[in-house]
Amino acid sequence: MERLFLILSTFCFLFGFAYTMHSLGARVYRPSRGNFFAILGGFSCQTAFLYLRGERIGRCPLTSLFEVIVFLAWAMVLFYLLIGSAYRLSLLGAFTSPLVFVFQFIALLALKDSPVRIDLTPNPWMELHAAISIIAYGAFALACVAGVMYLTQERQLKSHHIHSIFYRLPPIRDLAVANGRLILAGFGLLTVGIFAGLMIGGLHTHAVKIAWSIGVWLLYGIIFALHKGHRLSARRVAWLSVAAFSAVLVTLSGITFITAAPSY
Amino acid sequence: MEIVCFGLSHHTAPVDLRERFAIADGEAAELTARLKAAPGVGEAVIVSTCNRVEFYVAAEEQAAALAAVEAFLVTRAASADREHFFQHSTAQSVRHLFRVVSGIDSMVLGETEILGQVKKAYAAAQAAGATSKHLNKLFQRAFNVAKDVRTNTNITRGSVSVGSVAVELSEKIFGRLADCRVMILGAGEMSELTAGALQARGVKTIFVANRSHDRAVVLAEKMNGKAVRFDDWAREIHDVDILIGSTAAPHHVLTAAQLAPVMRTRADRPLFCIDLAVPRDIEPAVNDLDGVYLYDIDSLQAIAEQSMNTRRQEIAVCEQMIERHALEFGEWLAGGWTAAGVRYSTVVSGGAET
Repeated sequence: MERLFLILSTFCFLFGFAYTMHSLGARVYRPSRGNFFAILGGFSCQTAFLYLRGERIGRCPLTSLFEVIVFLAWAMVLFYLLIGSAYRLSLLGAFTSPLVFVFQFIALLALKDSPVRIDLTPNPWMELHAAISIIAYGAFALACVAGVMYLTQERQLKSHHIHSIFYRLPPIRDLAVANGRLILAGFGLLTVGIFAGLMIGGLHTHAVKIAWSIGVWLLYGIIFALHKGHRLSARRVAWLSVAAFSAVLVTLSGITFITAAPSY
Repeated sequence: MEIVCFGLSHHTAPVDLRERFAIADGEAAELTARLKAAPGVGEAVIVSTCNRVEFYVAAEEQAAALAAVEAFLVTRAASADREHFFQHSTAQSVRHLFRVVSGIDSMVLGETEILGQVKKAYAAAQAAGATSKHLNKLFQRAFNVAKDVRTNTNITRGSVSVGSVAVELSEKIFGRLADCRVMILGAGEMSELTAGALQARGVKTIFVANRSHDRAVVLAEKMNGKAVRFDDWAREIHDVDILIGSTAAPHHVLTAAQLAPVMRTRADRPLFCIDLAVPRDIEPAVNDLDGVYLYDIDSLQAIAEQSMNTRRQEIAVCEQMIERHALEFGEWLAGGWTAAGVRYSTVVSGGAET
């Protein structure tokens, strides 16, 4: 049953993806209410999937790479819904939909999904650590999206080759601000996630995951510190937010395989 | 019911003739009421802008309506040179108004000011009690057409003058311009116009530096800004967001080597350099610095031309949309059929007049 919600959600984001491609192809992009409601519908279905999956397995649904990817996609949409309108970044939704669609499409087609109910009482610190950390990665994912938008806009401004998308993308300074704030939000959340991880007890069994989380925390911490200390230009922060999240994605799947979920 | 459009525009008449027939805002309502009271005229709207003076009249008979407008014109100017006027009967008038409000008939293709001017003219006619069922429907439909065309095509896309391109780029870099600080280097006419356009979009702080300080003071006072001694401008650049160069200097006034250390202290704050001078004031290598966006007069003109080309490419799509709306309006106007029993849409698409 919950898989049906996930499929429905993926179709919603496919609509967003198709709408974006069509709009950009037609050279007339308008933030559409239909697109927004598709994202909202997709988010509702994602939430239903995660809730039902959690009920089924008796814990936070982060027990396999499949669930982690879906949770991450959900966190991205959550951040979009929270900050998209606040920063007048309507196109962020248009850029988010394709990424979320690709995540879920890959999860549905390529990743093994065999949920097993574990009757052991879950460790609340472990649940908190995993959930907050993935939500933090959602913020980093959206920072990556804002970074791509920044670099797209910046390239056009530098080269003087102005394409139609230029007129639809937000001002470059707003994108830089949003990028910085998303990195800060992700960094703050990851700090809480790591603190929760350190409270788990029996650290040796989760050492790889915790160490990896600390590595990601350090990476974003350095980016944030250099940015705040005016040692990095907005362009370099944008590049780093794209590169860092790509690295997180690659290592996340590796770590999930290494630690052979479910680990709690 | 016939709808007639009679008038002159930048296509048919030179400015000295257009200005003779132009109608001031203050007298629009009164004159429209007077035209409406003329024999044979059922409803009337007068659209008068710097590029056109057009009379839209709804009447039972086209000939009577045209006679009334011509008689009215004679009261406005001693002689009306007939060859500079155009006249459209129903189908053409409808199509013409839809083209006008969409900006397709404007001197600057796709400009949006005309819609506001037509709305104002219609409001004046309404206030004078000069419109009723037919022209109300026509003008309200026209406003919908303008919205449709602008929303669904690129006819208003981009800016088509150097000044407006500079403003648009500024907004795409900084978003709100209210907090931006502008510095003008060289108090020339182009820099004044560009800074004025930025000021109109919200810029509040303007510095002016010129080799002749007196000239800088005059321009700064005019623009409500602050004059800076030319030897000191480089010290002020730390706090500047938009730099407009238009000095007569034979060499670069600002180089990449000068700017690089400044940019390192303001990593988060972009700098938009607009170089309007020939020879150029700002070294092109400045554009390679992170956070600096340099546009010279050629690159601004190229973007303006690119926007104009985009708009030209949209004309065919706009015309199709206008044609569809014109047909729908014609169906409503004729109740689907013309008086002669010919389906209105056939008449319009065949190019014939009703």
